[in-house]
Amino acid sequence: MQVALFYILATLSVAGGLLMVGQKNPLAGAFSLILSLCSLAGLVAMLHAEFVFILQVLVYAGAIMVLIIFTIMLLNLKKEELQEAPVGWMRLLLTATLCALGAFGAIQVFGEVDPGQVELATGFGNIESVGRSMLSDFVYPFEVISLILLVAVVGVVLLAKKVI
Amino acid sequence: MATWVDYAIIGGKAVFIWGFALTLLPVLIWFERKGAAFIQDRAGPNRAAILGIRLAGFIHNIADVVKLLMKEMMIPPHVNRTYFMIAPVLGFTFILSAFAVIPWADTLHVAGREISMQVADLNAGILFILAITSLNVYGIVLAGWSSNNKFALMGGLRSTAQMISYEIPLGLALVGVFMVFGSAQLNEIVRGQGELLFGFLPKWGLFVQPLGALLFIVAAFAETNRNPFDLPEGESEIVAGYHVEYSGMRFALFYMGEYVAIVLASAMIVTLFFGGWQVPYLPTEKLVASADTLLKIMLGVGGAGALAFAGLMLFWAKRMKDGGGFGDLRDKEGIVLGLAHIAIGGAMLFFFWKTLSLEALPDWGARTVALVAQISAFAAKTIFWCWVFIWVRWSLPRFRYDQLMRLGWKQMIPLSFVNIFVTGLMILVMNR
Repeated sequence: MQVALFYILATLSVAGGLLMVGQKNPLAGAFSLILSLCSLAGLVAMLHAEFVFILQVLVYAGAIMVLIIFTIMLLNLKKEELQEAPVGWMRLLLTATLCALGAFGAIQVFGEVDPGQVELATGFGNIESVGRSMLSDFVYPFEVISLILLVAVVGVVLLAKKVI
Repeated sequence: MATWVDYAIIGGKAVFIWGFALTLLPVLIWFERKGAAFIQDRAGPNRAAILGIRLAGFIHNIADVVKLLMKEMMIPPHVNRTYFMIAPVLGFTFILSAFAVIPWADTLHVAGREISMQVADLNAGILFILAITSLNVYGIVLAGWSSNNKFALMGGLRSTAQMISYEIPLGLALVGVFMVFGSAQLNEIVRGQGELLFGFLPKWGLFVQPLGALLFIVAAFAETNRNPFDLPEGESEIVAGYHVEYSGMRFALFYMGEYVAIVLASAMIVTLFFGGWQVPYLPTEKLVASADTLLKIMLGVGGAGALAFAGLMLFWAKRMKDGGGFGDLRDKEGIVLGLAHIAIGGAMLFFFWKTLSLEALPDWGARTVALVAQISAFAAKTIFWCWVFIWVRWSLPRFRYDQLMRLGWKQMIPLSFVNIFVTGLMILVMNR
């Protein structure tokens, strides 16, 4: 049951990612990405990390993707504007080599981890443990990230409103 | 190890909560019609009947369903077919799955089992509802975009902007509740509301978080796209908004989704701020201890109420007959309803008489009575809030779009930050 669920979710997330890259229609691509993100959330939920699962759905699938779709719909591109650029065989070869290298590296790194041996801490991925580690061990990166986001927000407001 | 009994219990719980939400649908549509008529001083629906039984317009729902099922489901030639067909399904399924974390009674201890009255007792329960409702936007967005119609697209865009804007105060209003009750688990929050404040006030979220409750309720109205925030639809500006190209059952799915969203929002408001399944002043142990008295009161008052209603119905039937009546089967409606209620009331009073000679209820009986009382409390509060949604719709005018955005971003979000700050300060002072 668990293994079957894992393979279904893993297939869906990989398929969603491939469809996202492969589809011409930007909105269809965005929905494939949502499919991929939701299946990833399902994989996280299988680890009993409820809070991480909820955050994945709430923040990525729910908020960020809505904004992306909002932008796509506002631009409302016509079919003619979506002509693809011609791809030369050199570029294709380069991409293939990079992908192969990446896959090789991933196998080298993750191939040694035995998934059966990992013990989960009690309360792994629930709201208390996430909050505790975010505001104690990782408080410095957390504050730095919020500062960066604040800078980004101020920058956007500056760009959007030429006169303040 | 999970046995088939556990699976059966989970399945039963899922069926129960979905049944609850879907049963409230026709009731809400009836509320909407009769309530609107009541507020506008009209009669409301009073024609549809089965053999003369109209149930004050309730039968009108059946006529509606038959009409919607028989209608042709048009697919206009210019739409994106796949997305056009998926959109209504998305809009309905997501919102239904959010009911998984709503608790409707305290944990039931029976036959050596602990059955929590909640389909999934998630650690971050309320956030799960937020996550699911944020997915719910896709149904509307997809409908608006795939219709390939500028009015539909504008409705979809408006709805997206509105939902994103009001999700923030909705989430921030929750933070105060988490701080007061020290948990994000819905059942824990409800349990925390069973205590008394200053010895006489139930410690409901409303009393410990008044500003938070107000912000949450307003944001919940906006999230369900109800008046005064029903900008995604606007007959005078964008025809019907995102569902303008839909007809038949596909339209009905959007319509039903809207009402299920109202039930969900009411259930959330009740769970967070109005004590959830708590019967005021009667925590679970007291309910179980006084179960036999409670059973007598429930049966006695219920039976007497049914008999009184039967008398009213018979009196009405007589008046109709004296006044000439309709001249068809509808004249007999009062008699049929009156007799039915005499039977119900008689049965309840019979059991009431039986309980008088009963010495004490067995433990499982007492716990079942407590369970029924808690479910009734939850249902009564939820139905009251559903009625408030309809009440507001027929009392308030709509916002303009810029007013909507200003209220959301410039007033509600700062206020919710103030609420969090003040709550933190209060907790600090109280614990000192």
